Amino acid sequence: MTQLGLQRTAPSRLAAPRMPRPRGDGRVALLFIAPVLLGFAVFYLYPTIRGLWWSFTDYSLLAEPEFVGLENYVAVLTDSEFWNSMWVTLCYVVLNVGSQTVLALVLATLMHRLTRSVVLRTTLLLPWLVPNVTVGLVWLWLLDTNLGFVNRTLDAMGLDKVGFFTNPAFAIPTISGINTWAFVGYTALLFYAGMLQIPQDTYEAAAIDGAGELRTFFRITLPLLKPILALVLVVSLIGSFQIFDTVAVTTKGGPVNASRVIYYYIYQQAFTYFHMGYAATMAILLVLILGVLTFIQLRLLRASESQLA
Amino acid sequence: MRKNTAMRIAGIAAAGIVLATTAGCSATGGDDGAVTLNYWLWDDAQLPAYQQCADDFTKANPDISIKISQYGWGEYWTNLATQIAASSAPDVWVNQGSYYPQFVEDKQIEDLQPYIDKDPKAVDFDSYVPGIAEIYQVGDARYGLPKDWDTIGLVINKQDAADAGIDEATLQDLTWNPDDGGTFEQVIAKLTVDKAGKHGDEAGFDKNNVAVYGFLPEWADGSQGQNLWGNLAQSNGFTYSDVNPFGTKFNYDSPKLVETIDWIASLAEKGYAPRFDTQSTLSRLDVLQSGAGAMTSMGSFNQLMFKDKASDFVFAPLPAGPEGRKSAINGLSDAMYAGGKHKDQAWEWIKYLASADCQKVVGDTGVIFPANKEASEASVAARAKLGLDASVFLSYSAEPDGTFLIPITYHGAEMSQIVQDAIQSVALGTNDAQSALTDANAKVNGLFE
Repeated sequence: MTQLGLQRTAPSRLAAPRMPRPRGDGRVALLFIAPVLLGFAVFYLYPTIRGLWWSFTDYSLLAEPEFVGLENYVAVLTDSEFWNSMWVTLCYVVLNVGSQTVLALVLATLMHRLTRSVVLRTTLLLPWLVPNVTVGLVWLWLLDTNLGFVNRTLDAMGLDKVGFFTNPAFAIPTISGINTWAFVGYTALLFYAGMLQIPQDTYEAAAIDGAGELRTFFRITLPLLKPILALVLVVSLIGSFQIFDTVAVTTKGGPVNASRVIYYYIYQQAFTYFHMGYAATMAILLVLILGVLTFIQLRLLRASESQLA
Repeated sequence: MRKNTAMRIAGIAAAGIVLATTAGCSATGGDDGAVTLNYWLWDDAQLPAYQQCADDFTKANPDISIKISQYGWGEYWTNLATQIAASSAPDVWVNQGSYYPQFVEDKQIEDLQPYIDKDPKAVDFDSYVPGIAEIYQVGDARYGLPKDWDTIGLVINKQDAADAGIDEATLQDLTWNPDDGGTFEQVIAKLTVDKAGKHGDEAGFDKNNVAVYGFLPEWADGSQGQNLWGNLAQSNGFTYSDVNPFGTKFNYDSPKLVETIDWIASLAEKGYAPRFDTQSTLSRLDVLQSGAGAMTSMGSFNQLMFKDKASDFVFAPLPAGPEGRKSAINGLSDAMYAGGKHKDQAWEWIKYLASADCQKVVGDTGVIFPANKEASEASVAARAKLGLDASVFLSYSAEPDGTFLIPITYHGAEMSQIVQDAIQSVALGTNDAQSALTDANAKVNGLFE
């Protein structure tokens, strides 16, 4: 929604007619963005550059880094565990972003077309307000095979117990389901805000022409929501690739390596095996992959073209 | 001009904030006279005992105070590594056999032998349980003083055993072999009860609807199998490596280990143990206490968890295998940070931690077995007062080769993941033990090339 806002309001300058045009706006601007710039430099730029340097070194975290050239890159690209964790992460991203986006669209449409209750909107946000670690722990208990409520219920209904976290086939779908539960309300709210930007008269016109709700959704809401949809998809895709906390709390990458997502593998290499250089290499490769994916995605969705403009 | 001043003020303010934050986060050292040492440990159950030691120590050495920090096992090593990377690690920390070689390799912990040479009466090595001081010796160097030790035993639900008609004497003298599982498997079968009330050894037992499992195996047990498979494999004639400590050639593909793993996996197929893919994510001891399991193996350091239910559980030694009864023994130590600023004071504290005085304080709480023999006995006595029989954990040392040292190696963390993944793939049924372990062994040996 910020994109739309920015497109519409041109920067206006309120200059008094008697005064000459103030000079050195750039400096004032710099002053205002200095705190952010400082934070960016200290917490993002510097670590990134250091990470890039480490990716060319053999660094155990405990002793001084030693330059090894491209050795880490060759090792990572031939590491079957790296490719396994990329595959696992991809499965997670597809399941998570897919289910989250569809569900959020449904919820947002319901909020938009059926009820505008503030209480309901706030309730939808509740899971998003709970810290991720707590979410992980709560679901870990609920889904536990022996003592969990869900399996007890399945058992009482005469069904087989399901090893949600302990069966390799279920681990990633379970984790992606948990995070969909946690984030769908937030995503729905973003879509809802986007829908509010769609002029009401288009809906009136559609109603007069006799379009049903489904047709209205596919012909009006969805096309006019495209810029927001693209933004949300890009943001949740990147966020989804960074899945770590739920895995760390629930499965720790297991069973065997069925849920060893890329962030967890990077963490293990860096802080469990003390291969900081190797971990930095994987992180750099991940940045490259994410960059390419985002580029492709924005191209495919032609996000900057809004049919409202 | 005014803008420049504003810029400067903003710059100074921002720098000030950054400086204040960094200053606030780093530990504050005392001035020349009074010193505060940072000490780290991971077990919250042991914290009160060591706090008592610290208070006593400061009373005797008023210019050295001790600040103890406790982190859960999961965060402990990560936190330690990042603190070392930032050159602000604690002066003294509790060290463990599979982690300390990395610190030695990277020269982050101090060799204590020169301190002992200067101060020969400081440490009485005869006062310790035999074998555990050597865990932290690398050649002539010594990277820690003995702190405590532990062995493994069995814990059984008393009521379940009575219901299955198993007498106490049988439990205390189980036998095992990888072919038919010996009396160990017979007992496990009897302890297993299906939902219709049939025991595992009875005709008509329904292995797909089990109410109480006879045994709860640990499948996340690293490259050591300290909690079960390592003990059984050793009693079957398996040895981990060419030498220990610091082996470089490993035998994880040994048929002795393969048949042990196959036997443990067979428990689940027979319905005597939970299937790996549907086992609880909670710890085995939680499941045992919930009543969903009748027996499991347990380290001596966990016995105090049963203090409020002492009369409901029986403790027994591990079963005797073809090569006798064998338990893993492990011991912790206190290590000195090589980058510490107060090494002489740190030595005083380490010396005190290893002394009979401090170990007696810890032993009296019963929480662990201190390295000091008398303090160990005090710990056993303290547990007896709570109704917990700790003698099974001491019984192994009565037999020759009754205990074996868990492998102490470089690359410990990676080995742990490789071997554990292989064994879990057997438990899942995605791979057979022979090929999984042969593959894992090649990877492990590859780490040392």
